[in-house]
Amino acid sequence: MNYRHIKKWLLLAAIILSGFASHFSDAINAYYLQVVIFIGINIILAVGLNLINGYTGQFSLGHAGFMAIGAYVSAYLSNEHSAGFFHALGGASFFSVAALFLGVLIAGGLAAAVAGLIVGVPSLRLKGDYLAIVTLGFGEIIRVVIQNTDAVGGPRGYGGIASYTTLFWTYSIVAITIYVVVSLIDSTYGRGFLTVRDDAVAAEAVGINPTRYKVTAFVLGAFFAGIAGGLYAHSTTYINPSGFDFQRSIEIVIMVILGGMGSTAGVTFAAILLTLLLEYLRFVSGYQWLPEIVRRIAANRVIIYSLVLIALMLLRPQGLFGWLPRRGVPVGSARVKRTKLPPHAP
Amino acid sequence: MTGALLNLQQCSVRFGGLTAVSAFDLQIGAQDLVGMIGPNGAGKTTVFNIITGVYRPTDGSITFENVAIAGLKPSNIARRGIARTFQNIRLFPTLNVFDNVRSGFNQRLRHGLAHALWRMGTFYREENEVARQVDELLEIFDLGKFRDVLCGSLSYGDQRRLEIVRALATRPKLLLLDEPAAGMNPREKEELMELIQFVKQKFEIAVLLVEHDMKVVMGICQRVTVLDYGIKIAEGTPAEVQKNPKVIEAYLGGEKKKA
Ligand SMILES: Nc1ncnc2c1ncn2[C@@H]1O[C@H](COP(=O)(O)OP(=O)(O)OP(=O)(O)O)[C@@H](O)[C@H]1O
Ligand SMILES: [Mg+2]
Repeated sequence: MNYRHIKKWLLLAAIILSGFASHFSDAINAYYLQVVIFIGINIILAVGLNLINGYTGQFSLGHAGFMAIGAYVSAYLSNEHSAGFFHALGGASFFSVAALFLGVLIAGGLAAAVAGLIVGVPSLRLKGDYLAIVTLGFGEIIRVVIQNTDAVGGPRGYGGIASYTTLFWTYSIVAITIYVVVSLIDSTYGRGFLTVRDDAVAAEAVGINPTRYKVTAFVLGAFFAGIAGGLYAHSTTYINPSGFDFQRSIEIVIMVILGGMGSTAGVTFAAILLTLLLEYLRFVSGYQWLPEIVRRIAANRVIIYSLVLIALMLLRPQGLFGWLPRRGVPVGSARVKRTKLPPHAP
Repeated sequence: MTGALLNLQQCSVRFGGLTAVSAFDLQIGAQDLVGMIGPNGAGKTTVFNIITGVYRPTDGSITFENVAIAGLKPSNIARRGIARTFQNIRLFPTLNVFDNVRSGFNQRLRHGLAHALWRMGTFYREENEVARQVDELLEIFDLGKFRDVLCGSLSYGDQRRLEIVRALATRPKLLLLDEPAAGMNPREKEELMELIQFVKQKFEIAVLLVEHDMKVVMGICQRVTVLDYGIKIAEGTPAEVQKNPKVIEAYLGGEKKKA
């Protein structure tokens, strides 16, 4: 065995392990199981967004929109077409269910990726904050479109989705996502992302086409978000448009910032921590013995996010996990001496 | 003039009402070492920016190896063999010295997505070969000892040198240097002059050098072009240019304005 292939072996091990865990998941309390699956979904979302916001230095605020596309497309396909599919394969066996689920997840991911391409190609030419505004608008448009689409229940939401998401599916995909991102970063793609983030003008001067790399990162991030959406839909079995609102996008952005923008390991841990924190706060807001003001704050995610961010900026501007390995140090961290930029273009 | 590596004809650049470069002609042959001087704001950097595609000239044509390049993307022009450094050093601040240089190889070495994800032998062979070449470049320019440090922690002179090495990593045929001696002490300037001549010979490339320091320009360039207010006021050997009354006037005038 060659040490070069260690990542592939780890990937395989992670997939087998999640298979085992899945096998014994009946022994776990249903609520905890749900939380563990949500953690996995959030890892996929955050690690994917990190490709865009962390490694490539863009600022996308519409990740929930891509997730929504993946969720609705996969749910619609599995609701409307599973009967025909199973009939064609001669019944709903273990394998036909697996094939169906894999198929609808990928379809959801591809739909989100196509949306990413359509939004990304024109808007990634825009500089800085414009992209944030465009993606924010995109996320809202997706939500409004879904609200007005009767075929998937409109504002009432869309239910009756088969409960296919298991620990196996969730954590296999977590492992694949991490594998893909880590491998990509350590290749010409990753170097393209990092140079574009650091200085797009200098990147062009060495022959790197920034738009190409920005679009690649954006489309891949959207693809993973779409897959995560599919897992989510087949986990909750009911989805509704307000579950994919602006707050959801912010939540994922915060995981990326907490994780230190550009560290896959850091972002993974941040996704775990923030998911647990938000779950815990749901209990806190119900504790009657607490003063009302505390309960209200705990119930208000916007306030929580603001507090988390303020605390982070004051205490650990390099992210919670600054000591974790990363490729390139995030811009703005104390360890980076930024070369002075000229008053106007190069 | 066919046969020239780079040929600018009647190039003008206007920013709103300001004409930064006006009907500018420039020919550079393979392996020439040409200097471009002029007072502050004369339009030297703007000439660099139209050659490298950062701006499109308002008028005029630019050919590189007899191909029109005006209007092409900067990355495309870079891939055709024009590399540059910047007046305000533009390294990649979050990358180490090694990766800064390696970025210059990125455009020639583009393994597909599948290759990057499912790495087989070729991927590693390619990567090792690039690493070897990067290290070789670093050794040639005596930057090997800084291989793994962030470029921001290098001295000013070393950063300038690193930027040149990164440009060379793209294997250019023409190298544009924008005031490489700025901020260097006299000893570093001496070394820089040697370095530029060495680079030109070793890599067999043409160099266009913008520089304020007369000693550097006059010491190494075969031919010098003088710009003032976007207009070429003189061109010739260093000795000819130095004696040209218009040049003396432009520089003395420039000095007065600064004072
Ligand atoms: N993007 C821009 N927009 C507007 N004006 C510009 C722009 N770039 C350059 N200029 C103007 O064009 C003129 C030429 O500028 P340029 O930077 O080419 O001069 P330079 O010869 O490189 O000067 P220096 O020696 O100071 O570097 C200046 O008046 C400058 O202000
Ligand atoms: Mg200049």
